[in-house]
Amino acid sequence: MASFVAALLRLRRGPWEMVASILIALGVVMLMQPFALWAYTWSFLVTLAGTVMFVIVSHFPE
Amino acid sequence: MSHTPIERVAASTPPAIASRVRGLSDRTLAWIFVAPTIFLLLAVNIFPLVWTIRLSLTNYRANRAGAELEWVGLRNYTRILTDPDIWQTMQATAHFLIWTILLQVLIGFTLAWLINRKFRGNDLWTTIIVLPMMLSPAVVGNFWTFLYQPQIGLFNYAVSFVTGIDPSSFSMIGSVELAPWAIVIVDTWMWTPFVMLICLAGLRSIPDYIYEAAAIDRASPWRQFWTITLPMVLPFLMLAVLFRGIENFKMFDLVVQLTGGGPGSTTELTSINLKREAFEKWRTGYASAYAIILFVTVFGLASIYVKALNKVKER
Repeated sequence: MASFVAALLRLRRGPWEMVASILIALGVVMLMQPFALWAYTWSFLVTLAGTVMFVIVSHFPE
Repeated sequence: MSHTPIERVAASTPPAIASRVRGLSDRTLAWIFVAPTIFLLLAVNIFPLVWTIRLSLTNYRANRAGAELEWVGLRNYTRILTDPDIWQTMQATAHFLIWTILLQVLIGFTLAWLINRKFRGNDLWTTIIVLPMMLSPAVVGNFWTFLYQPQIGLFNYAVSFVTGIDPSSFSMIGSVELAPWAIVIVDTWMWTPFVMLICLAGLRSIPDYIYEAAAIDRASPWRQFWTITLPMVLPFLMLAVLFRGIENFKMFDLVVQLTGGGPGSTTELTSINLKREAFEKWRTGYASAYAIILFVTVFGLASIYVKALNKVKER
């Protein structure tokens, strides 16, 4: 966990891509889940944040 | 006297063109060659995307092209993302997406595993299995509506033969409970061969000597499957999931032909709903916002898959 946070702080691609992927997956689940309308409402923002983050962080060094 | 092909081409270039090109650097020449492709990409991909984003922020209606355009900001997005009907559509899409991918991967991989074994008539069976994939989705949708007919449909009779229930007692495309499964069955029937072909390519790429080495080490067939077959086919399987996931998220023709989104809106997938908003209700700005939401979702999912695929390939 400490190494993950350290890699995040050093702006490394791997952990940042993981964070972006989690955000995208969370957004998609929120978009399609049948339980809470508020989650559906916020889903696009979460997916968009994750996708934009993914595009940016994929240019970070390994 | 010119000898090499390059010298001969240079000698045959008309002097007027030669004098114009002579002063250009390699970099400029490279740009000249690449420019048409870049222009085409901008015109076909980027411009429509930017234009759709612009339209999604307006109340534009394509059937009233001359009307004054009103800038509505993010209102279209807010309305879509608070609409319970569209939420329902997303859930129908999720049901379709999850079950089709699950069934296609399971059946496709099993078929590929069986076809990969050497037996008589192997090629014939491969051709027969692959046939549904070659048909047009509109044709498939049309003839499955006949197969699903309660009175004359073969599907109902097959179910009746297996379970003993009356074939006319249920309607696959007329029932709210069964219609979502009806479209899952048809898509699985049609696209499992595609997954099978990709898995087959993966299975055939595994060298025999790995299995021979495993056999010498006395690895059981079960262990060979989990430690050799599955890990080596995984990148191919993920590719199949990526292709089918994106395709099914945008599924339109097959379902429109089969159920038309009904009964009610039980099988109304996002693309069908989007088409209705855009070309039946003519709410172009609203439909553009809807399209952007779907685009971002597919783009995000594709990014994750491509990353995962690269990771698996590196192993």
